[in-house]
Amino acid sequence: MPLGRRALTVAVGAVALAAIPPIAVALGQPFYLDLFTRILIFAIAALSLDLILGYGGMVSFGHAAYLGIGAYAVGILSHYGLTDGVLHFAVAILASALAALVIGAISLRTSGVYFIMITLAFTQMIYFLGVSLNVYGGDDGMNITAHSDFGGVLELDNASVLYYVTFAALLLFYFAGRRLVGSRFGMVIRGAKSNERRMASIGFATFRYKLAAFVISGAMCGVAGALLANLTLFVSPSIMHWTRSGEVMVMVILGGMGTLFGPALGAVAYLLLEHVLSGLTQHWQVVLGPILVLVVLFARRGVFGLFAGPTEARRG
Amino acid sequence: MQPLLVLEQGLNGVQFGIMLFLMAAGLTLVFGIMNLINLAHGSFYMIGAYVSAWVFQASGSFLLGIAAAIPAALLVGIAVEVGVFRALYTREHLDQVLATFGLILFFNEMVRIIWGPTALYASIPRFLSGQVELLPGVPYPAFRLAIILVGLAVALLLYLLVAKTRLGMLIRAGASNRVMVGALGVNVRLLYTFVFALGAALAAFSGLMAGPIFTVESGMGESVLILAFVVIVIGGIGSIRGAFVASLLVGIVDTMGRAFLRPLLATVMAPAAADNTGPALASMLIYILMATVLFFRPQGLFPPRGR
Repeated sequence: MPLGRRALTVAVGAVALAAIPPIAVALGQPFYLDLFTRILIFAIAALSLDLILGYGGMVSFGHAAYLGIGAYAVGILSHYGLTDGVLHFAVAILASALAALVIGAISLRTSGVYFIMITLAFTQMIYFLGVSLNVYGGDDGMNITAHSDFGGVLELDNASVLYYVTFAALLLFYFAGRRLVGSRFGMVIRGAKSNERRMASIGFATFRYKLAAFVISGAMCGVAGALLANLTLFVSPSIMHWTRSGEVMVMVILGGMGTLFGPALGAVAYLLLEHVLSGLTQHWQVVLGPILVLVVLFARRGVFGLFAGPTEARRG
Repeated sequence: MQPLLVLEQGLNGVQFGIMLFLMAAGLTLVFGIMNLINLAHGSFYMIGAYVSAWVFQASGSFLLGIAAAIPAALLVGIAVEVGVFRALYTREHLDQVLATFGLILFFNEMVRIIWGPTALYASIPRFLSGQVELLPGVPYPAFRLAIILVGLAVALLLYLLVAKTRLGMLIRAGASNRVMVGALGVNVRLLYTFVFALGAALAAFSGLMAGPIFTVESGMGESVLILAFVVIVIGGIGSIRGAFVASLLVGIVDTMGRAFLRPLLATVMAPAAADNTGPALASMLIYILMATVLFFRPQGLFPPRGR
């Protein structure tokens, strides 16, 4: 049963990820905790992109923008001494959702290559906006003095707590995402991916559905950004550089798009590969690059497809 | 604001636009005919800049640098086309983005391995190092003027190639309907390789001219690549004429914005605020231009006919 294999892959992956903090602590290697928190944060970003990319066919080449907006929300609020965690995350979500609403409303007028390029252009605008914000460090970025404060309920300055919060957010988004793509709303999005004109002619206002999905995706990615700010306690425009958008997209495709769990696996694979290769040689990108090319040419279903079988993994 | 300064910056804008055009022409052809998104196009620009600067340094001859850089980019272009891109033509855009992203990582790192992590110094050749007096009392760097003239000549040659020759007819036909061209018995594979190599050579040419103006460093291709994408999207994908108009537009808007936006803003707002918003707005200007163009014309200014 493909479904059984799929559920098994997800369950094994989740259990393995849940076991990371105790293992890292037992080994006396807190560094690995940070690495895996980072991985999970990018897993959220990749999952959010997969929602519109894998199910809606919207190739957003600018997802780093929402990552940056979420991180800057935490950074800017902290800069003014506002450390309340609920406020941090509420502003991060609202700001990234608002940005996604504006960007989506304009970008979704176009399609195909033009859509890819216009989302990229908007992210470039926000990137340069970040560079010009001299009050908040400009090009150099700024340090964040304190973690988001949840009043003693969640001590985000404890690395294990931050890890589990990130993990919980990932699981929440995964299951919410599964519900979403299986719902009527999700069916409309998927229908619009395979034939938008037909969906429109049977009476769906596809633009609104796609825009809603775009906004949800942006808001999710904003949460990832706020978590990233809490992990690094630093925020700079480089978080919104276009190569970052590329990396998130690579994670989605590497993991297997249109599966929600695959992109999370892709984030694990990509960042671990980066970590291992950069430990081996200073010139790790010379190895990583061809690996990506080979994945595209030969492993079309991504990492998730290798484990979970072909059923739900990418379709041509 | 002095009119002479405006003239000078305007020429700088034209010069930048022409360099962008050399990049964008290859990109839009590859895009229009093969329906391929090539993020690694900037790598040919980088290869052109590196090889020419390196050979120029070693031999002392700028022309020898050009003579080495173009064939180098041609060879790399053909190798990559045959080795990787042939398998990508029929794939989705997404696969192409991923694979060419991988190629960028590879080329940027290869350059660091071969020429080291620090930027390479590319100097202006002596015979172009002076100033030319365009109008009495208006000196302009000879090298930049040479870029404008040579770039225009290349653009003209490209126009003649595409508009007047049999090969150009095939290229145009390929941009309109590549399946039909194949069905009529044209060796589409060979046509693809040729167009791709042509694009690589043009990008390398742009890069070798950019070397003495910007820094020759790993990753230099990407900033130009993004601008070139902006250009072809504004111009309409697949249209060389569109690319030409749009690259001049982008080059002039970008250069003028960087030069004059801050003083202009300072006349209407506080100097400190203008210092802050001027450069930011200048960097965003072309993206705003692109978003505006796409908002009103989602297919760009010169959408190719027949699709």
